[in-house]
Amino acid sequence: MELRSSLGRARGLGSAKEGISHWWAQRVTAIALVPLAIWFVLAAISLLGADYATFAAWIGTFGNALLMALLVIVLFYHAHLGMQVVIEDYVSGHAALITTLLIVRFALFALAVSCLLAIILVALKG
Amino acid sequence: MVEFTLPANSKPREGKRWPAPAGATKIRNFKIYRYDPESGENPRIDTYPVDLATCGPMVLDGLIKIKNEIDSTLTFRRSCREGVCGSCAFNIDGVNTLACIKAIEDIKGDIKIYPLPHLPVVKDLVPDLSVPYAQYRLIMPWLQADTAPPAGERLQSPKERERLDGLWECILCFCCQTSCPSYWWNGDRYLGPAVLLQAYRWIADSRDEATGERLDQLNDPFRVFRCHTIMNCTATCPKHLNPGKAVAEIKSLLAKRMM
Repeated sequence: MELRSSLGRARGLGSAKEGISHWWAQRVTAIALVPLAIWFVLAAISLLGADYATFAAWIGTFGNALLMALLVIVLFYHAHLGMQVVIEDYVSGHAALITTLLIVRFALFALAVSCLLAIILVALKG
Repeated sequence: MVEFTLPANSKPREGKRWPAPAGATKIRNFKIYRYDPESGENPRIDTYPVDLATCGPMVLDGLIKIKNEIDSTLTFRRSCREGVCGSCAFNIDGVNTLACIKAIEDIKGDIKIYPLPHLPVVKDLVPDLSVPYAQYRLIMPWLQADTAPPAGERLQSPKERERLDGLWECILCFCCQTSCPSYWWNGDRYLGPAVLLQAYRWIADSRDEATGERLDQLNDPFRVFRCHTIMNCTATCPKHLNPGKAVAEIKSLLAKRMM
């Protein structure tokens, strides 16, 4: 039974006085993804049918490796920000919320690092 | 938390079908959500045949006719019958709007009337609005100024006054508030479009001196940032206001002050 007043419930724990930086980071990463995604699609088309050696030589150049690494970092950061919002929307209960957020954060971080490692290894070893 | 289905004891059942009035020439069926928490029974949908030949043009006219002539136990809020009080907000024909300014002839088929979505129902079409009202209280909807009041009024230039257009007209019917999926899922922490439009009404007021404190109160992942620009609020507003834009203005001011 809850006898707390409606105003007490509405005020809750008060304002976090934080939230705009997350929203802003989502916009910044979205803007950065526009040129990176266009570059990636064009690059993927130009590499259609290429063999492994051609691809290794392509990613072995500084510019391509840099753009690829930027794409991976921005993409997974953006995905993390977006997934966090979806989870906060739909998962309730403190424990469930924290658990889901941690699992998604760890998974996305692991994916980002594995992509970066792959870029480095292929670029260096050829 | 997201609820995709109603709890078993909240599912509406087929209710009573009232007989058509004798000698009626122009019958339309009103299908209305009925619920009495004291009965312990599930909500039901009652069907009322109304003779439009002897009924006013608006949905509210139909409701009043039903209450007067067919079933006096039907419970709903209404007051001004001209779209300025915000009392008769229901979900009519699938859209939240005011019964007093919704014409019956604009609806095809049966007139389906439900209470505003996702609020506790007090009885029939009367929802419990205590949480939205408390959220409205939270944003301190009154002028806050440290400057002592002048001898006359606190003045505004016509341009400053113009910034309140599209905001002051809000009548707090909560049609937008209860049309917002984000408010359905997180209504305990998200302030919702109606309350945020009101919050922006005071932020936009040139006479108010508490803009910073107001923005501090709103800068919160849940209070404002549950708005995902779904725009149901703007689509449903019976006064043709734009709560979605007001929320965007709040976000934009929050961004502006940290740059």
